[in-house]
Amino acid sequence: MFELNAQSIAFIVFALFSLGGALGVVTTRNLIHATLYLILSLFGAAGFFVLLSAPFMAAVQVLVYIGAIAILIVFAVMLTRSMTRLSDIYNSQWLLSAIVAGLLFVLLLVGVILPVWGVNGTQAGREVSSIVTTTVDLGKALVDQNQYVLPFEVASLLLTAAMIGAIVVARDDKE
Amino acid sequence: MVPLWMFLAVAAGVFCIGAYGVLSRRNAVAILMGVELMLNAVNINLIAFWRYVEPLNMAGQAFAAFVFVIAAAEAAVGLAIIISVYRSRRSVIVEDVDMLKW
Repeated sequence: MFELNAQSIAFIVFALFSLGGALGVVTTRNLIHATLYLILSLFGAAGFFVLLSAPFMAAVQVLVYIGAIAILIVFAVMLTRSMTRLSDIYNSQWLLSAIVAGLLFVLLLVGVILPVWGVNGTQAGREVSSIVTTTVDLGKALVDQNQYVLPFEVASLLLTAAMIGAIVVARDDKE
Repeated sequence: MVPLWMFLAVAAGVFCIGAYGVLSRRNAVAILMGVELMLNAVNINLIAFWRYVEPLNMAGQAFAAFVFVIAAAEAAVGLAIIISVYRSRRSVIVEDVDMLKW
């Protein structure tokens, strides 16, 4: 079922990147280091997209998430100088949160993922088809009037509104 | 090829770690990072299901692209709000921002 080849080794490496980076994000005291861990985790996800033969998604992941959002977060950390004066990084309900998150993970894994898509699950044995759609198909689907052109335009509108809103909210009123 | 449930398991792990970060951190920027982790886990799930279940239907990739858009908008507006709050209250601790609490 799980033979050790180049693909599975790459999967293990990217899984370690994703999970280790995520753990670093929630446990590191220094927020700049947390952002670097976030970049590691996002890079692991980009590797997953390459493994799943979605190269456009991998490129967008690197450009938008690592290139824009992570840098934006670094700017916010610097502007708020928030990394120096925090004595407690967790609030009073952190133990409850940890239990809830752990239970959620166990529930997802034992209750949904393994019974349905696991080795003996009801949907098991679903193999990757040899047909690979390309970025051209995605581009055509996004502007096809029978598929996703309306959500695409609404997404553009949302981005414009978010940009204007961010400028208005972050502007200093005294100037 | 790696079976589908391994991708789902890793995505579930990243999602739950992000949820823990959102629920337990005090710094607003750290909470926003947890939200980014959760959105990213959703994206891994969408692409994995697209590849294994419906590789000819572009819905999986299109939905993932929209999640990217939402994540970018959410990060921009969220960080603007954090900077605005920091300017007026000199704090990014979410417990200090309780003006709407009656």
